[in-house]
Amino acid sequence: MTPEEEEEFIRRRKGRNVALGLALAGMVVLFYLITIVRIGD
Amino acid sequence: MTGTEEQQTMASKPITTQAMSAEWRDYFALTKPRVMSLVVFTGLAGLLAAPGSIHPVLGFTAILCIALGAGGAAALNQWWEADIDAGMKRTSRRPLPQGKMRREDARDFGLMLSGGSVMVMGVAIHWLAAVILAVSIFYYAVVYTVWLKPRTPQNIVIGGGAGAFPPLIGWVAVTGDITAMPLLLFAIIFVWTPPHFWALALFVKTDYAKVGIPMLPVVAGETVTRRQILAYSIILFAVSLLPWAIGGTGAIYGVSAVLLSGAFLVLSVPVAFRQSVEDDRMKPEKRLFGWSVIYLFALFTALVADRMVLA
Repeated sequence: MTPEEEEEFIRRRKGRNVALGLALAGMVVLFYLITIVRIGD
Repeated sequence: MTGTEEQQTMASKPITTQAMSAEWRDYFALTKPRVMSLVVFTGLAGLLAAPGSIHPVLGFTAILCIALGAGGAAALNQWWEADIDAGMKRTSRRPLPQGKMRREDARDFGLMLSGGSVMVMGVAIHWLAAVILAVSIFYYAVVYTVWLKPRTPQNIVIGGGAGAFPPLIGWVAVTGDITAMPLLLFAIIFVWTPPHFWALALFVKTDYAKVGIPMLPVVAGETVTRRQILAYSIILFAVSLLPWAIGGTGAIYGVSAVLLSGAFLVLSVPVAFRQSVEDDRMKPEKRLFGWSVIYLFALFTALVADRMVLA
């Protein structure tokens, strides 16, 4: 792997990790809200 | 090999760009976002048109589950059909034919989205809605993709049912039961799918023939396909009026259905009674396909407007 390829690899991996992190954070918020709504039922 | 040995072997392997070059966009593309937009829209329409109310957070969750379930089914479809997609111009730029990710990663992504969406739908919304969502995913990923599509020219007719589930799921998420109205919404999309897809298949038939998919124009020929398009357009006209006829909707939907389905029928007539020639630009077929997309959005918008205004 050339330095350019490695740089590109790291960039793409970082993008995937950020997307996954945002998705997980979104799920935490959503589950919290669902719980609050369900408790109020 | 023990876990530690396997990890050491993996660590000593050189990094290959093929296996690791997938971007988050490639995973997003696996979910077929354009198809998903139609799924989200019809699911939301079913949810908003249903009698009763749902908390906005739960309504959002239900639509999210429908979208993720559809995305999971789409990923499984592309995992299974990667070789076929590579052979068709329209699909050759998808992530798997392009070699942007490993095939098993697409499969695992699809299974995760499918399983996760069904579980959340069941726990947070309603288990009947979750069961229907699970059936719709199985229907698309297995019944249609694996079983029917490569075997019968009627693949679209039966497989089209997969796309008809969202409004039914949206409706059941609110009411918790299945009545005539959500079944009619299912029927509308079920009957709409064949003329919508065959209009497309008429002008991309070379691609399907190349990869051996028995689409109706390839197997039965153009004339049969064109007559079938007209037949389904007539049935669609009748089915789209049924929600009004049984008193499930008011005049806003009724009048809209007459006009929209009437236009659909009118556009299908020139498609039914012509034959393509060499270098044909297939304008009537493209016009019908374009209208079919607008039609579904407009009809379900009318359904929701009817409920909002007249309820």
